[in-house]
Amino acid sequence: MSATQAQTPLVELRRISKTFGGVHALEDVDVDIYPGEVVALLGHNGAGKSTLIKVLSGVHPPDHGEIRVFGNPVRIESTREAKALGIETIYQNLALAENLDAVANLFLGRERYTRFGFLDEETMEHETRRMLDRMKLRLPSLRTEVSRLSGGQRQAIAIGRAVYFDAKILIMDEPTAALGPEETAKVGELVRELKAEGIGIFLISHDIHDVFDLADRITVLSHGRVVGTVRTSDVSKDDVLSMIILGRMPTR
Amino acid sequence: MTSIDLPRGHAVRLGLERLSRIIGIDPRLLGMLLVLVVIWLALNIATGGTFLSARNLFNLSLQVAVVGVMATGMVLVIVSRNIDLSIGSVLGFVGVFGALMQTEWLGLGHGYTWWVTSLLMLLLGTVIGAGQGAIVAYGGVPSFIVTLGGLLFFRNAAFQINLGATVAPLDETFQLLGGGLNGTIGAFWSWICGGLAIVAIAVSSILIRRKRQRFGFAVRPLPMEIVGIVLWSALVLVFVAVMNAYPQPKTNEPMGIAIPVLILIGVTLIMTIVARRTGFGRYVYAIGGNPESAELAGISVKFTIVKVFALMGLLAGIASIIITARLNAGASVTGTLTELNVIAAAVIGGTSLAGGIGTIYGAVLGAVFMQSLENGMVLLGVPTPLQKMVIAVVLVAAVWIDRVYQRSRT
Ligand SMILES: Nc1ncnc2c1ncn2[C@@H]1O[C@H](COP(=O)(O)OP(=O)(O)OP(=O)(O)O)[C@@H](O)[C@H]1O
Ligand SMILES: [Mg+2]
Repeated sequence: MSATQAQTPLVELRRISKTFGGVHALEDVDVDIYPGEVVALLGHNGAGKSTLIKVLSGVHPPDHGEIRVFGNPVRIESTREAKALGIETIYQNLALAENLDAVANLFLGRERYTRFGFLDEETMEHETRRMLDRMKLRLPSLRTEVSRLSGGQRQAIAIGRAVYFDAKILIMDEPTAALGPEETAKVGELVRELKAEGIGIFLISHDIHDVFDLADRITVLSHGRVVGTVRTSDVSKDDVLSMIILGRMPTR
Repeated sequence: MTSIDLPRGHAVRLGLERLSRIIGIDPRLLGMLLVLVVIWLALNIATGGTFLSARNLFNLSLQVAVVGVMATGMVLVIVSRNIDLSIGSVLGFVGVFGALMQTEWLGLGHGYTWWVTSLLMLLLGTVIGAGQGAIVAYGGVPSFIVTLGGLLFFRNAAFQINLGATVAPLDETFQLLGGGLNGTIGAFWSWICGGLAIVAIAVSSILIRRKRQRFGFAVRPLPMEIVGIVLWSALVLVFVAVMNAYPQPKTNEPMGIAIPVLILIGVTLIMTIVARRTGFGRYVYAIGGNPESAELAGISVKFTIVKVFALMGLLAGIASIIITARLNAGASVTGTLTELNVIAAAVIGGTSLAGGIGTIYGAVLGAVFMQSLENGMVLLGVPTPLQKMVIAVVLVAAVWIDRVYQRSRT
């Protein structure tokens, strides 16, 4: 395991709570992640996984609790602030503008401008091409609307958008839910490469096999609370399934 | 659609797509352009050659200016998943205000009257647009309702500020902005403008080509590039020649391009750059495509919407200057139902009511289409109610055709 507990975590979430009009989406949740580590977040539907990552990515600032990035306490009030801290997110439902092309989507919100203040399309196209090459991804055209691309190609753009801008922490909410087996394998490959570069990855997935393939640790949530955090190497799939279903640590 | 129609429609579409790639225009617009040509020829025959006379084309260019200017803004409004029904009323209100400004407050004939009035009219339009946009964006009231309220409010405000009395005549210099008998730039300057336009077309094509080559991107084959430049240049020359072919009735000098038409051309260029080459334009399209994704990308969706409506208001201000100057009067009924022509122009020009899709030049072509119909029907002596009925049918048909086309693409 590359991460030693002696290092400072990339991110620590401490006693995070979030309610939505009476619904306790999160209660006193503790999670952390170290450089080069993949932490899977598991739990049944409505357990609070998406809410947790939205707290971290600035979509829903928490009601209570503390977030530390590189050991420093931070407040993350917007997606922009999260990005400024190197926290990038791939959201559960492909968050692309379907009417725009790959280049426009990749740079959305972070456009490059010429010195006259106009969009520098050529530079952006050039950098898009380089990035896709680096990720060994191939698109039929960078300049057709994203709506004409396959699910895997769109996911590639979404991932590219997240990692291109110096992500330190990458959050992937169901990155493979809409993909076929081949494309899923491709995403897995990407996750391993990013991990090797020292990026910390939060992975949400319903596919327990994926999780055991990729994750170093697993945090299980149930009804907005942490059931427990375990090392993938220490447990069996059945243990994890029982944590999800029964909502308590496996007894042995 | 029957099983026989489908493949045939498919073949037509493929043909259009191929042709459109050669001349660089969206296939759907190309279809519209072909229909426009047919309508022009038909109207010309029906009017015994009057429709395509230099005099009528000159008038048509003036009629297109008002609707065209506003249609460029309506594209962005619709692309951002909104609508603005108030612009006809805003046009009238700003016009009465501008007329009163000259006659009551500033006085006619001063050197500054025309430009102070114009600036204040632009400001008023922008403020009205921004206000409505703020209610839409921050108040969460659907734009349909806000601007429907605006339609009622400003039409009656236009009446109220001068109790319905028409304000006339206006400042002589101001009148030139409407493109009346003296409001044109004459043959010489028209050719100069045409020449500059051709130089601009050639230089920008070459610059873009060079830049793409520097990055190692694919470029069109050189002969095709040259054909493109030559075609566009020829179009410019024909346009200038037609405008110069219409002699001023009093002096018999060629009229040349009218000032409102120059304004429209300028607005079209600027709005195209705004839509395609600025962050603001990019955000408008992103919001139209997927508002959540735009928000998550850190775009301020609400403020962008306010800016879209403010821009629409500014353009309504420009249109109001043109029409008020042309009528040489501020009347509270000016611009009644113009919003429908503008929306129709945008939609016929390929703007999708679902948001996210639409081009500036398409909307201007759509304005040419709408105004050609209206102009032709006037020449043919079609009674006004019947004209409006035809326009209504065309609007619905355009959206219908758009639906069919969009469905056939997927
Ligand atoms: N914006 C919101 N407003 C109100 N309630 C919300 C909101 N977002 C989430 N919730 C509620 O919070 C709880 C946790 O939802 P969350 O989306 O985090 O679940 P999840 O673990 O991601 O589930 P899934 O596996 O279905 O994606 C649910 O009860 C949900 O209804
Ligand atoms: Mg979820």
